[in-house]
Amino acid sequence: MKALRLALFALLIAIPAAFAVQPDEVMSDPALEARARSLSSELRCLVCQNQSIDDSDASLAKDIRVLIRERIAKGESNEAVRDFLVSRYGDFILLKPPFKLETLLLWLSAPLTLLLGGFAIWRATRRVATATPALSADEERRLAEIARAGEGS
Amino acid sequence: MIVEGGHFAMILALALAIVQSVVPFWGARRNDLALMGVGVSAAVGQFAFVALAFAALAAAHMTSDFSVLNVAENSHSAMPMIYKFSGVWGNHEGSMLLWSLILATFGALVAVTGRALPARLRADALSVQGLIGAAFLAFILATSNPFERLVPSPFEGRDLNPILQDLGLAIHPPLLYLGYVGFSIVFSFAAAALIEGRIDAAWARFVRPFALIAWCFLTLGIAMGSYWAYYTLGWGGFWFWDPVENASLMPWLAGTAFLHSVAVMEKRDALKVWTIFLAILAFSFSLLGTFLVRSGVLTSVHAFASDPRRGVFILGILAFFIAGSLALFAWRAPMLKQGGLFAPISREGALVLNNLLLTTACASVFFGTLYPLALEQVTGAKITVGAPFFNMTCGVLLLTLTFLTPFGFSLAWKRGDLLGVAQRLAFALLAGLIVVVMLIAFVHGGPVLAPIAAGLAIFIMLGTLSEVFSRVRRGGAKLSALFSRARGLPLSFWGGAVAHFGVGVLLLGLAATGFGQEVIATLHVGSPLHVGPYEVALDSVNTRGGPNYQETVAHITVRENGALVTTIEPARRQFAARQMATTQAGIATLNLGQLYISIADPTPDGSIPARMYWKPLVTLIWLGAICMALGGAVSLTDRRLRFGAPSRARAGAAAMVAS
Repeated sequence: MKALRLALFALLIAIPAAFAVQPDEVMSDPALEARARSLSSELRCLVCQNQSIDDSDASLAKDIRVLIRERIAKGESNEAVRDFLVSRYGDFILLKPPFKLETLLLWLSAPLTLLLGGFAIWRATRRVATATPALSADEERRLAEIARAGEGS
Repeated sequence: MIVEGGHFAMILALALAIVQSVVPFWGARRNDLALMGVGVSAAVGQFAFVALAFAALAAAHMTSDFSVLNVAENSHSAMPMIYKFSGVWGNHEGSMLLWSLILATFGALVAVTGRALPARLRADALSVQGLIGAAFLAFILATSNPFERLVPSPFEGRDLNPILQDLGLAIHPPLLYLGYVGFSIVFSFAAAALIEGRIDAAWARFVRPFALIAWCFLTLGIAMGSYWAYYTLGWGGFWFWDPVENASLMPWLAGTAFLHSVAVMEKRDALKVWTIFLAILAFSFSLLGTFLVRSGVLTSVHAFASDPRRGVFILGILAFFIAGSLALFAWRAPMLKQGGLFAPISREGALVLNNLLLTTACASVFFGTLYPLALEQVTGAKITVGAPFFNMTCGVLLLTLTFLTPFGFSLAWKRGDLLGVAQRLAFALLAGLIVVVMLIAFVHGGPVLAPIAAGLAIFIMLGTLSEVFSRVRRGGAKLSALFSRARGLPLSFWGGAVAHFGVGVLLLGLAATGFGQEVIATLHVGSPLHVGPYEVALDSVNTRGGPNYQETVAHITVRENGALVTTIEPARRQFAARQMATTQAGIATLNLGQLYISIADPTPDGSIPARMYWKPLVTLIWLGAICMALGGAVSLTDRRLRFGAPSRARAGAAAMVAS
């Protein structure tokens, strides 16, 4: 019963597991706070190793978290805040690299590998198929003769 | 004296490694059994001397001999003994020595257990193994000597990095290295097969246990590292797509692909060239991982090394072995005979698809990890490739693979019946779908992927069970018949079933993270808060001393409907020697889920800012990984795979000598 209640509870909680911010930073409006959280989980803490500013303890990360909340409180859209931060820190701050010429190969790497691999497999199966050709009509006839002879003996 | 002895033992080990790489190879070319036999003694000797060197360094660490630079920089007399010992590999020099020790151990294991193998194959493999050993011993002696003395010697050491003073991180590197380095055997045998120009099922039977050992340890090592990050970094995350994590994930993905393709080779004599390629790939990624972590090319907790000479040396080793083996592959692989035909819809076909998805996932991790480095070198532009990229590429590929796994597991070899398999899996498929629909119906606004992942997890678990059930049932419905049929199934089948079930368990744990709750608040004494189904109350805060640190501990009680459930004591530790603080999250495991509390420094009024999480089913992530490793271990106990045991391998060996 307890397990069932727990399971139901787990089903009812709608908040995705999210990360680390100090209590004093949290905005009073939950909707705005949710926007700040989703934005800051896409931004890199510039002095850490692949951590988002949402997860980081670094003071620079805190500064940017606070800056995001100030700008959101002023009514700026998430895109505007993101553009501002990119203009200040470059693409480096985006955890998801933008799709442009420089990152073309990066974004295409997985689909291309999949396509090339699929093509290689297709060719290999075709090669196997042609390497073992079906019997010709003549061979079929001889095989039938041998089989008949075998049955006869 | 002991320290100099260790240094000298390492030089002797290097000399033996060079002998091991040259003499048996030469013997194999001249068909001289005596020269080939030298490889065996040299491998055992190399192991003995590296072990001596390691023991000498361990002795210096455990007796706090601060006249040794390595000990003075990475140890402290007040540290508990366990961390004095784990401090041996808690630094660059010592960890490379551990790497070499494990390499030499595997080499000696092949030397001792490989009697059933064709003599030339074993000689060539030992020679390649010797070459790897020589490269790394030379690296240690030339750039990272752990036995360097310090004059005058200090009274006290500078302490081990506090982050490393943790039980999880004490055993994480040995586990990981057993995995990384285990693939060296697979690599050596692949190179030997290429040199010989032939490869057969006996090769696969001998190599597979080593690959399984390596894979099990790598799985456990990665899981251990992830659990460490989870409880130590203080915000409940467990996988960051950090380059260092990716460095361990790449050999794991390639190794997983190898385990599946080598099964095809063993059973059906097909996919030989591809299996050899994967063997090279798996160890190349191990080397790449060692390079990324050890060269300091990435700056993170793991990269204690920042000496450029080291980076260049490891890069040299990396380039030599990867380019060398790939060149050997390009030259010799076309000579390997292909065998074993199969229809596209068959177990083999499914495993080809498995390999395609795993290698593509591996490639996406590879590009994602190295692209920023390459781009900065070429254009100077700095970009970040983080979690969103990897989730969209690697994550999606692996989820697809998870969906296909039960189908492949249920298909017959050679020519399968997809419709029949789909009918057998109908129940599991339906159950998975119901879970997805239920979760979407009940949960609003959660992450889209979580219900799908949960459904997939249910599907792969039930799909695996239904395959087990249908195999067992073939012996009749009587209980005794079921039991004897279950015992009659090969252990490698049970291993596969357990491992695939583990994948489902892990995935369920991952999916459940989407349904947790997070509370960021300041805890005051006397005002409890709700976190998930629990009530969390701060009782008191006090300070206490540890052996080499001071900690601030929050005493927190957890209640459910007023009844006391447990207490949690999260802490902040202050290490005086390095002026560093670490976070010790307080974790209570309740019904497979965890209540996770991590605190910041207390405010002057005695209240404590805290991050609190209720994470349902979160332990399944690591239990699933353990289940996967267990599957590997079960598969390892299969009679066919015992070292030197199979008589069929001897017959194969005899046939090889005769030809």
